[in-house]
Amino acid sequence: MPNMSLQKNPMPSQDPQVRNKNFQEVALGYTKEIALDEAARCLNCKNMPCVKGCPVSIEIPNFIEKVKEGDFEGAYQVIAKSSSLPAVCGRVCPQETQCESKCVRGIKGEPVGIGRLERFVADWHNEHAGEEAVRPQPNGHKVAVIGAGPAGLTCAGELAKKGYAVTIFEALHLAGGVLVCGIPEFRLPKSIVQKEVDGLKAMGVDVECNSVIGKVLTIDERMDEMGYEAVFIGSGAGLPRFMGIPGEELNGVYSANEFLTRVNLMKAYREGADTPIKKNQRVAVVGGGNVAMDAARCALGLGADTVYIVYRRGMEELPARKEEVEHAEEEGIIFKTLCNPVEVVGDEKGFVKGVKCIEMELGEPDASGRRRPIEKPDSEFVLDVDCMIMSIGTSPNPLIKSTTKGLDTNKHGCIVADEATGQTSRPGVFAGGDAVTGAATVILAMGAGKSAAKAIDEYIQNK
Amino acid sequence: MYKIVRKECLNPTVTLMEVEAPLIARKAEPGQFIILRVDEDGERIPLTVADFDREKGTVTIIFQIVGATTLKLNHLEEGDSIHDFVGPLGVASHTEGLKKVAVIGGGVGCAIAYPIAKKLHQQGTEVHSIVGFRNKDLVILEEEFKAASSKFVMMTDDGSYGDKGLVTDALKALLDSGETYDEVIAIGPLIMMKFVCKLTKEYGVKTVVSMNPIMIDGTGMCGGCRLTVGGKTKFACVDGPDFDGHEVDFDEAMSRSGMYREFERHAYEETCNLFQKEVE
Repeated sequence: MPNMSLQKNPMPSQDPQVRNKNFQEVALGYTKEIALDEAARCLNCKNMPCVKGCPVSIEIPNFIEKVKEGDFEGAYQVIAKSSSLPAVCGRVCPQETQCESKCVRGIKGEPVGIGRLERFVADWHNEHAGEEAVRPQPNGHKVAVIGAGPAGLTCAGELAKKGYAVTIFEALHLAGGVLVCGIPEFRLPKSIVQKEVDGLKAMGVDVECNSVIGKVLTIDERMDEMGYEAVFIGSGAGLPRFMGIPGEELNGVYSANEFLTRVNLMKAYREGADTPIKKNQRVAVVGGGNVAMDAARCALGLGADTVYIVYRRGMEELPARKEEVEHAEEEGIIFKTLCNPVEVVGDEKGFVKGVKCIEMELGEPDASGRRRPIEKPDSEFVLDVDCMIMSIGTSPNPLIKSTTKGLDTNKHGCIVADEATGQTSRPGVFAGGDAVTGAATVILAMGAGKSAAKAIDEYIQNK
Repeated sequence: MYKIVRKECLNPTVTLMEVEAPLIARKAEPGQFIILRVDEDGERIPLTVADFDREKGTVTIIFQIVGATTLKLNHLEEGDSIHDFVGPLGVASHTEGLKKVAVIGGGVGCAIAYPIAKKLHQQGTEVHSIVGFRNKDLVILEEEFKAASSKFVMMTDDGSYGDKGLVTDALKALLDSGETYDEVIAIGPLIMMKFVCKLTKEYGVKTVVSMNPIMIDGTGMCGGCRLTVGGKTKFACVDGPDFDGHEVDFDEAMSRSGMYREFERHAYEETCNLFQKEVE
């Protein structure tokens, strides 16, 4: 008998007033009992609508069936057929707009907690399964992957499964990309990312850190001199954007990339860390996406008294996941919506002492279909803050584009690649993730890495 | 891990290290930099490439002990290894087509200016070098500069060696004596570069400076190294580190470089104490 409860089982979480002072994971994960109860809500629909909502097409009802049977390792094996990073996706995928949005149970009541079940299964596997690395039979072909973020890791994993000798070249000293630089510990513990990377290494994937492609070696050298038959570029989003308003050069104005990299990759939240971060008391984060939520919650965790999200549209328009907005609100972050910075005010020593903002109202929908924010005349006011974090997007990194002949980019500087295959204007060169789309989600990057792996396999086999 | 094959103390606070990094050595050009981490939890610091040997596969760095990380780095000896060493980053200095150049180095900035002087000299450019130090004890790379220059001027603040005065005094004297240059390349403390640029602007001589702002990744991700150049935001790691000195907002760069001064001073003292305890 299916469990006909209209609500999904809530996620056990750390208390908001405790977690806003630490960096431990907020969501604690389902227990075995809760997982069994939640799995029983799945109706195992024949036409599997949820799978169509998944960028990597995980056989969702099949893995949930295994959970119902109590065969958690079996469930993991079903997920692992389609996803290289289950423990990551179970945590950071926007399931509410993907698989769960298609769930029949969502028509009346809440959809099945697919993401939470995925996370449970992946964590169970990581805790219980003895890691027996299955090294696929080598097929004698070499592929280079640039960037060890979600797109690159997925592409590498898929190719390794098929027997390719894959080398990932990562610019930083640690693999993981946005999973280690951007997404904070409390949302995605770094030990989980490390485990996923170790899993790839156990399959035979070689990860070379400290390798900036375009600088130490170019793509042409990889292909011509080093015998890589194909290259996948998953180099990520790139340089942070600023607003171009007066005062952005003041000390205390960070890009979200810088702030989060200091906190996450460089562990600046730890007492005695070598990499400094200012412990600011009053912080304004500009922007309304997931990255803005992460930055705001990190600022709080670092000990700030007051943290604002400054966003030019309304609460309804916030691009961040609903769950992230709710977490931020519970932890005490103040949302200053319909509000836009016009100037950063500094003290005589060049440090931020306030942000001058102007109130906004929503007008007619613009080209993106969202209502255009318009400034309200004479509505300026100053937010009293000592730190401002700009989280308003990125523009592509120029390094690969400027050192790879014949690689086309669009007017924004993003690499032009076929949506279905990742094929670029250069034969044998594929690309996917934020380097192609501009800043998007982890799972979309993984989806691109996966389809590119399939296309690379076809390209090499048909050569 | 990247092995230190040679270590040399150039003066009491400046150290040279030759590091095994064959891939970087193959590509490095004057003006580019590397980023290193001394140990597992270390911070990432950028250091300009002071020299490279493509055949031996080594890259040379020269650093001043100014903070906790450089202090830790200085405690490594020949045969020890640096945890991370990545590069070459940034755009190489532009040297093509230059016939006569004045290269100006201030303090440890000479370590960055020297490879450029050497490259210019090797390609047949006439090089006049002006180097400045606070006093005689701090002088580095004198012989190297002399070998790469047809004219060489040594300046010290206190007159303990060479001529007494600032590098700008020497440059002004040369310009007033009728010397003309295609370009002045000035590398040293921000305040020195600012005043060199002020002077050369009056004389209408194009001036290139090498900026070393605070950086984290150094690959075009964090945006921490931003500068205002010609009224626009530029990133030293991918757009530089060389910029047209007449366009750089030095006052802003000086203010931004002080962001973590307190933290750095504290970390330096803590690290000093730590090493002190080890000795005891």
